Parts: sequence; C-alpha cells; structure tokens
Amino acid sequence: MTSTTSRRGFLKGSAAAGATLVIGFNLAGQLTVQAGETVVKSFNPFIKIRSDNTIIAVIKHFEMGQGTTTGLTTILAEELDADWDSMVPEFAPADRKRYANLFWGGAQGTGGSSAIANSFMQYRQAGAVARDMLVRAAAATWQVPAADITTLKGVLSHAGSGKSATYGQMVGAAAKLTPAEDVPLKKPEDFTLIGKDYLPRKDSNAKTDGSAIFAMDVKIPNMVYVVVARPPRFGGKVKSFDDSKARAVRGVVDVQKIPRGIAVYAKNTWAALKGRDALILTWDFSEAENRSTDEMLTQYRDAMKKTGNIALDKGDAAAASDSAEQKTSLEFVFPFLAHAPMEPQNCVIRYVEGKSAELWDGCQSPSMTQDVVAKILDLKIDDVKVNTVYAGGSFGRRVTGDADYGGEAAMAAKAIKGKYAVKLVWTREDDLKGGFYRPMHVEKLDLALNQDKVPTLWRHSVTGIPFFPIPADKLDGSAVEGLQNLPYDIANIKVDQHNIDSKVTTLWWRSVGHSHTAYSKEVGIDVMAEMAGADPLDFRLKLLKDHPREAAVLKLAAEKAGWGDKMAPGKGRGIAVHESFNSFVAQVVDVSKDKDGAIKVDRVVCVIDCGIVINPDVVRAQMEGGIGYGLGAVMRNKISFDNGEVEQNNFPDYLPLRMSDMPVVEVHIIPSGEKPTGVGEPGLPPLAPALSNAIFQVTGKRITALPMTDSGIDFA
Amino acid sequence: MYQVTINGKQHQVDVDGDTPLLWVIRDELDLTGTKFGCGISACGACTVLVDGVPERSCQIPIEDARDMSITTIEAVSGKVAQAVQDAWREKDVVQCGYCQSGQIVQAIGLLKENSAPTDSEIDAYMSGNACRCATYHRIRAAIHVAAQKLEG
Repeated sequence: MTSTTSRRGFLKGSAAAGATLVIGFNLAGQLTVQAGETVVKSFNPFIKIRSDNTIIAVIKHFEMGQGTTTGLTTILAEELDADWDSMVPEFAPADRKRYANLFWGGAQGTGGSSAIANSFMQYRQAGAVARDMLVRAAAATWQVPAADITTLKGVLSHAGSGKSATYGQMVGAAAKLTPAEDVPLKKPEDFTLIGKDYLPRKDSNAKTDGSAIFAMDVKIPNMVYVVVARPPRFGGKVKSFDDSKARAVRGVVDVQKIPRGIAVYAKNTWAALKGRDALILTWDFSEAENRSTDEMLTQYRDAMKKTGNIALDKGDAAAASDSAEQKTSLEFVFPFLAHAPMEPQNCVIRYVEGKSAELWDGCQSPSMTQDVVAKILDLKIDDVKVNTVYAGGSFGRRVTGDADYGGEAAMAAKAIKGKYAVKLVWTREDDLKGGFYRPMHVEKLDLALNQDKVPTLWRHSVTGIPFFPIPADKLDGSAVEGLQNLPYDIANIKVDQHNIDSKVTTLWWRSVGHSHTAYSKEVGIDVMAEMAGADPLDFRLKLLKDHPREAAVLKLAAEKAGWGDKMAPGKGRGIAVHESFNSFVAQVVDVSKDKDGAIKVDRVVCVIDCGIVINPDVVRAQMEGGIGYGLGAVMRNKISFDNGEVEQNNFPDYLPLRMSDMPVVEVHIIPSGEKPTGVGEPGLPPLAPALSNAIFQVTGKRITALPMTDSGIDFA
Repeated sequence: MYQVTINGKQHQVDVDGDTPLLWVIRDELDLTGTKFGCGISACGACTVLVDGVPERSCQIPIEDARDMSITTIEAVSGKVAQAVQDAWREKDVVQCGYCQSGQIVQAIGLLKENSAPTDSEIDAYMSGNACRCATYHRIRAAIHVAAQKLEG
C-alpha cells in the first residue's frame, strides 16, 4: 500500500518554491511520501519540507487560542530534529479521510480537549519517518552508513567524513525514497523540544502586530456583508416583514427571507446593520419558547420528583439514608451561560450555483461544516472547500450540530444564487441572544455520615437540557460527567439524571458537564468535611486512597498554597480537585473580605497532571485562561429569560471578567510519563467550587445558586 | 465623502456620516487588525490611537474624524510601541489573539502617560479591554516588562 510518486510537479525557480517532501499516512495507516506540488487524493500529509529549509507543519486542528498550532508543531519538530524557527504551521484543509480527529470516529474537528491527546503518536510518527528518509538520503548521497549520521536542528551531519547538509538540501533525494514502515521513536528522556519550559508560540507575532487573519478579516472579490434578523424567541418564526425602508438604506443591495430569518445584504457592515434596523417585522410565537426562567425551573423541579435515568448506583442509598447519623440536602441552580468568544460568529462563503462552495471560517469542525453546507446547497461534500483561519476564541461555541453560522451563511448565499460572495456577521447581541448555551441545570444532593463521621451516602440528581434531542428515558452522559466516576470512597452512591425538552438550544461550554458537576461535587464534599469536623484537604485525601493522581495534585496544591497556615481575619482559603478530559487538577483559592463585605479573589494556586507535557508554558496559559473564564462566569454571568426573550443584550449585561478581577495565578505541573491528556478545559472545573469553599470560610455562607452575585455575594 | 487621516495617510471615504470609524477602518480601508467585539464601547477590541490617545473606534462617527490623526495597530511605532509589542512576544501573552490589538494599543497609551505603572494602575487603565481567554495575568506582566525596557 505504500507508494512513492515521481517528482513530477517539482517546482523550480523561485527560492520559496523549491523541492517539497510531503509525509503522511495513506488510508491504510501506512506512511507515504510524495514530492513536488501534486497532492495525491488518498494521502494524509503532515509535513512539507521545502528546499529553502522551511518546514511546514500541517495542523489538523483549529486554533482558538489553546495553543494547538504550537503543540502539534512541537511534536513534529521533536521527532524530526528540526530547528524550531524553521517550522511554520499551516491549517489543514477540510478532508476527514486525512485529518480526522482519531477520537471522533472519522469526523474532523477540535474539542473535548483532545487535540494533543489524539495526535501525539500520529505526529511523532510522521516526524520520525521524515527524519529517517532524510538520513537515508544523506547516507546514500555520501556513501556512509545511515547509523553514523546525526541530525540536529535541521542539519544532517556525518562526523567521520565531515559532511553535512541541511534538510532543504537533502529533500530532493529523500523524496525519491520509500518511507520505512517502522521507524523507532525517540525515548522521552531524549526530548529536547517536548517538555521544554519555554518555546515561543507560533502565533505570537501575527497576533501582536495585527496581521493575524480571522474569518472576520477575510475579504474576497465581489463580497457583500450580511446580517440576519432572527426571531427573538427560540422556536419563533417570521410572520411578516416589510423591507422597503431597509432597501432604501444607502449601501443595502438586497434583502431575502432565509430559513433562519431575514437576511440584509450590503456593501459594508454598517449599512447591513442599519438595513436590519430598518426592517419592519412581526413574529409568530405560537410554537416558541415563551416562558421565563422561573417557569423553566419549575419544570425542572417537577421532573426531579421522580427518579431519573441512573448514571451510577452503588451500595444501598435508601438504607444508608435511613441509618445515617447526620444528613443534609442541597439544591444547586446553574444558569444558562453564553460562550461569548471575543470574535462574534461569522464566516465568508463563495457559492457557485450548482457547482461549488468555498468557506473561510475559524472552523472547529470542518467535516460538520462541509456536511451541513453541502446539504443546504445540494452539493457533493468534496465540492465544499473549507479554509480554516484563526478563531477569535470558541470555548465550544464554534461546533454545533447544524453548523449554525456556516449553515446560515450558506442559506444567505443560496438565496441570492451566489450573485455575491457573502460575509455573514453576527453582532455581540446576536451572539448573546443566539442560543447554544451551557444549559441551565438543577442538581440535588443528599449527603449522610454515620456515627463515626464516615460519609455513607452520596445521592446526586442532575437535570438539564441535552445538546441534542435525547429521549426522556435515556441517560445524557454529558450532564453527569465527573459524577459517573465519582472518585470518593463512599459506600452508597446513586446518581440519576433527567432530560428536559426545550426549544432553547444548548451546547458544550468549556469543560461541558464538568462546568456544573465539579461545583456540586466539590462543594458537597466540603460540606461533608464540615459535618465531620474535618479539614477539607485531609477529608478528601482519606476518601481518595485509590486515586493517587487526584491525591498528588491536591497535596502539591496544598503545599504550594500554604494550606493549614493560619489565615488573617477576613481571609479565606478553599480547595477543590477534579478530573476532566483525563487530566487531574487541584486548585486552592485565597479570598479576602473587605469592610463592606465585598469579596476579592487574591490568588489561585493550580496544579495539573496532564501526562507528558508538550509545551509547559502553553499548559500554564491554559490553566490561567480556564481559571479566568470560569471565574468571570461563576461571579456574575447568566443568560435569563423573560417571556421567552433573552434578557441580556451585550457585554454590560454579560460582563466579562476584567483585568481588575484577575487574581494572581500560580501553576505547577506534575512531571509524568503518562500519555498526554487534555489541557484546554480541565483548568476550569475546580475554580468555582474552590472559590465557593473559600468564600464560605469568610462568610459562613454556602453558595448554591449561581452566579454568585445572585446569591448576594458582592465582589470588590 | 469624508476625509480621514489614518496611519499618516489621508483617505476619502464614500460612506454615511454616522458610520463608525471602526467600520471605515475595517471594511473600507482593509486595516483588519482593529477588531469588532461589541460595537458599544464595552470591550476595547476596536481601540485605536486618536492623536496618540487610545479611543474606541466604534464610538467615533466618521463625520467627526476629519481633524483626527488616527493610528491603528498596523502602524503603531516608536519606543513605547516597540517595547510593548516586544514584551507581548516575550511573555507569549496571546491566546486567541482577537482582543490583543486593542490591548496593545491601550497599553501603549498607558505607558505614554505613566512610564512605571503599579498593578492597580494597570488594572484601572486596562479594565475596559476585555479578554475572554483571560490573558490578563500575562498582560499585567508584559506591561511591567515593557516599562522596564523603557527605563533601561
């Protein structure tokens, strides 16, 4: 199955376009090589080496800030023995055969903190095979044994003869060779780039001088700007519209009804917005979500009167409750949350009617976007091209089952039969009101201890709106993640879950189910420690005897934070630990209460065990970011409804964490030889409960309704 | 037709007078380093220098911009700008990067006014610039690094 193409298509002439060695895997999973510019369909290239010594790392995941372009490039460069400065990342095209997420069953996309975890061995092998070919090419050229050739920073050397060559010089000869099928990988102790404390991010320069291109920045010929007036309630429809005033706005070129609402097309964004404001619209809310948040909560609580779908049932929860010495019950309310990435949703599409479509998108799942767009435009999947560009944040927002904004752009392009290329722009208001929220959840917790102050019961009930329709009697695993594998050694555990049917669209939000379950779990265990009269750290460690990785991050976080030191009056300290995306994170949060009772978050000490670390500084950045993202949300963010309409409009109503809110963050990483695991999300879950537990220390108040400002907490 | 001076060049733009400077910069002049985040002066992503002072370009109608000298991220220059951008790279501040043009322009404004800001002065001056990736910790550190570079 391994094949070698000829060197046809080999580019000669300009310095930038020299020989190219393309390394990857064919469909059978074997390695292949090809030379020149021609890319054969069934190949899956990850590395291109040019004769000018530039090495292009083809990145199969998108970059929303999580550092994947740097991470995947590091893995390739490590096995390739490349010079870091010569490495240039390039986003892969939409091609699920070559660039699938190996954890996603054939789909191409980024999520679940899986980018490094699923790619680690694949990218190492691609790097190692390319290096082996370069070495063999040098051995043949110099007539010396391959074993005597060394590689360092993109240079091949033979000590005996004193010969050396750059990778670019050897690429033509290497491209003629057949790739080996079994190339040994480096031993971890020989890594020089993987695990290096600091390696400059590949996206730093372009994001520091304004040259980085996001979808919002793409401009192509014959392009118009489109905004859409959508029903202000979920499930609402357009009843009637009058576009005469909109069409009269200078710069507006067209107005069309599309399945999502009324699309206004204009020569610039401002004209499109003015045109939208000038539409006269009436809505049909007969099948819409017309309720307010409190009415939705009543529906949740009614559902919880019965036992839901069982997620975990160990021991005998009912008997444990009957025989308990001490019992308590808690009800937690978690609000709907918007992702609110800095770059509002948008994308550019060029549609040639009946022939093809090409998109420019900070695209989180190119295969999903292809599927949706192909269906809307009645095209073959291969006729939909997706150009992935930088995404201005996502936190989960840019991948939905209906590729919402990509699909909407396709609808807008279809309505005008491709007369113009379309840049679809959502405003911040469109984003905050546009759904795909972290679902509101209600969780109930019944806890009990026996006469020896040993925890005997953990009874946990979770209720929320699934991301996709799930029958009422089927367990939604996303809603109970973190609880299905509750690590605490408690004899009787029962976890159940209810699905609420709603027109409000919901979605994975950074750390998904862990964003709420970690809170109830880690506040719950703190409540139990308090009932037992035990130190919250000691209490957890006793219940984590069979969970050494959780215990290790807890112990190190406690040590680094000075856990157990006497706190000054008005100062509080809380702790939490949580496993998510196969990584383990503990955090200790310090707060102070000022004379008016307002809380200031002073410091967060964070410890992560995520297996082998590719880029420690990227891991630190993701911990800092996860902490900040979680902090802003738990302090004061919620999406709420009044008669079906979202009450929040723009950032003043959904206030992002500000610089003045950001605590000092210290991150420590546990050295590990385990396989690499998630980093983008695991920093978030422990923050809110650790903060809550710290606030309890200074206020005596257990916060169960979020955001915290809804529970009467003021922040300084 | 409105006249506007951006990055030292005069431009004539044929748009409505109420068009915010932001959209002129981005859609008409193709200077896309200046970003749209909220449109209501609540996030700072659109920050540019107006006569050397950071301002939100989403709040300036083009008809009011005739006599302003506007500098966008693409053309920030001088010792302070260089120190800030170098510090940003040294600390690898960026994550998604979408807000960073605005953060950098705002930080240039801060260091022009106050060459050695304290943490609380940084927080006060920078708090109108939102970063959903929460790179604040590093922004603070980078501003201190830039201040040191300017001193040295």
